[in-house]
Amino acid sequence: MTRTSTSQRSTSTIRVPEKIPVSLTVNGVETQLTVAPWTSLLDTLRDHLGLTGTKKGCDHGQCGACTVLVDGRRINSCLTLAVMKDGAKVITIEGLATDGTLHALQQAFIDHDAFQCGYCTPGQICSAAGLIAEGKAKSVDEIRELMSGNICRCGAYPNIVRAIQQAMGQP
Amino acid sequence: MIDFGYMRANDVADAVRQIAADPTAKFIAGGTNLIDLMRQDVERPARLIDISRLPLRSVEETASGGLRIGALVPNSDLAYHPLVAHRYPMLASAILAGASAQLRNMASTGGNLLQRTRCPYFYDVATPCNKRQPGSGCSAIAGLNRMHAILGTSDACIATHPSDMCVALAALDATVHVTGQAGARAIAFSDFHRLPDNTPQRDTNLEANEIVTAVELPGRGFAANYTYLKIRDRLSYAFALVSVAAALELDGDTIKEVRLALGGVAHKPWRDPSAEAALRGQNIGESAFTRAADVVLRDAKGFGHNTFKIDLARRAIVRALTQAAAGTPQSQSNKKIA
Repeated sequence: MTRTSTSQRSTSTIRVPEKIPVSLTVNGVETQLTVAPWTSLLDTLRDHLGLTGTKKGCDHGQCGACTVLVDGRRINSCLTLAVMKDGAKVITIEGLATDGTLHALQQAFIDHDAFQCGYCTPGQICSAAGLIAEGKAKSVDEIRELMSGNICRCGAYPNIVRAIQQAMGQP
Repeated sequence: MIDFGYMRANDVADAVRQIAADPTAKFIAGGTNLIDLMRQDVERPARLIDISRLPLRSVEETASGGLRIGALVPNSDLAYHPLVAHRYPMLASAILAGASAQLRNMASTGGNLLQRTRCPYFYDVATPCNKRQPGSGCSAIAGLNRMHAILGTSDACIATHPSDMCVALAALDATVHVTGQAGARAIAFSDFHRLPDNTPQRDTNLEANEIVTAVELPGRGFAANYTYLKIRDRLSYAFALVSVAAALELDGDTIKEVRLALGGVAHKPWRDPSAEAALRGQNIGESAFTRAADVVLRDAKGFGHNTFKIDLARRAIVRALTQAAAGTPQSQSNKKIA
């Protein structure tokens, strides 16, 4: 391949991306955006809407740090294209507290010291909110299994499980 | 990620029309595997055709007593569907053994069938891989191949199919319904995925312009005597080293009917009719189960790091058949192996 100057290359080989309008209701606020097709929901939340509570860990769906609730279900926002979620309702960690009162899971994570560095915590809490809504986890084993998509490199797992039990109303 | 265009399909016919008109396009549904592959530059579609809004989300009973599962039914919805949990618990168990709760909420039934191998050389575009770039060679055969296949391999590829759900679908004799330009057709599950031979770039017998519309289960669900036993490097959220779907129909201690399928060991869910034939009419017990395992593994071949899988598979088959015979299926939350 012959060398080309930056300006030549930009006109000859780089296509101008076709941006697409998307409507999202994020934490109760309806938002109109225009995004390139490859923009993940995670990048949309963080870079377009300034909601940096949702974290980018692996960007491959392996760590769960990016977990948010879309139409009430927990998903990995890093593996979700924003253009595919036009019209969806998204809840992030910023949307869980109501009227200045922490969500029961947020309070439980504080009560049980369920984190160390805190980077995985927004994903853990959103995932736990999805878990409780699903209603499939009753035992500690089931909580652990159904939270296995959220990795905590600090190893706060025992306290995370206890916090979730508290939020579920288990003694 | 590369620059690509995005279109939505209005209905199945429109999806087929769009994919037929553009060989550089790909369908996207759940996206859990495709988006990752695009980020790694392994898949480079010029256009994505979004099929996620097509009306393929129902689970319906068929006239013959089976179940027809729409291709877009999310994995989690399928696992927890009352008819699946009640009549096909081996399928529910296999689904819940795979991925994470978040991924199961996103991943579709059809997409689960079409996910690509997790062979690290397939993912690493700096290394040769016949599946990714035909003719470039296989890095796994003499490389780090702990996760790789021991059955049905070829000189071109030793990758495994990563799905848990598909292992149960293979055991249950499912049928895959597809629609293409030439119309609709049904593919027996055992004919859907391919062995690598010298064309490992083709995972399945789906044609380029075809879309999966449904997966159909026959009436026989083996709800009384089944298990899905998955052995992996950590207790959850890891791909199988070896997995076994085992299902029995018993008359006292005599095996009337049996299904045995393995995951993590081949380029497709591995079913062996001769092993099942060797079990039919036999009494349940370790000796019959061990003989069946020996039949399944008679041509097994290791590649160094994965040679342990041959013994692991033998023991997993015996253990799974024992669990199925006892009516004590493996729990997917309490991981102690019963």
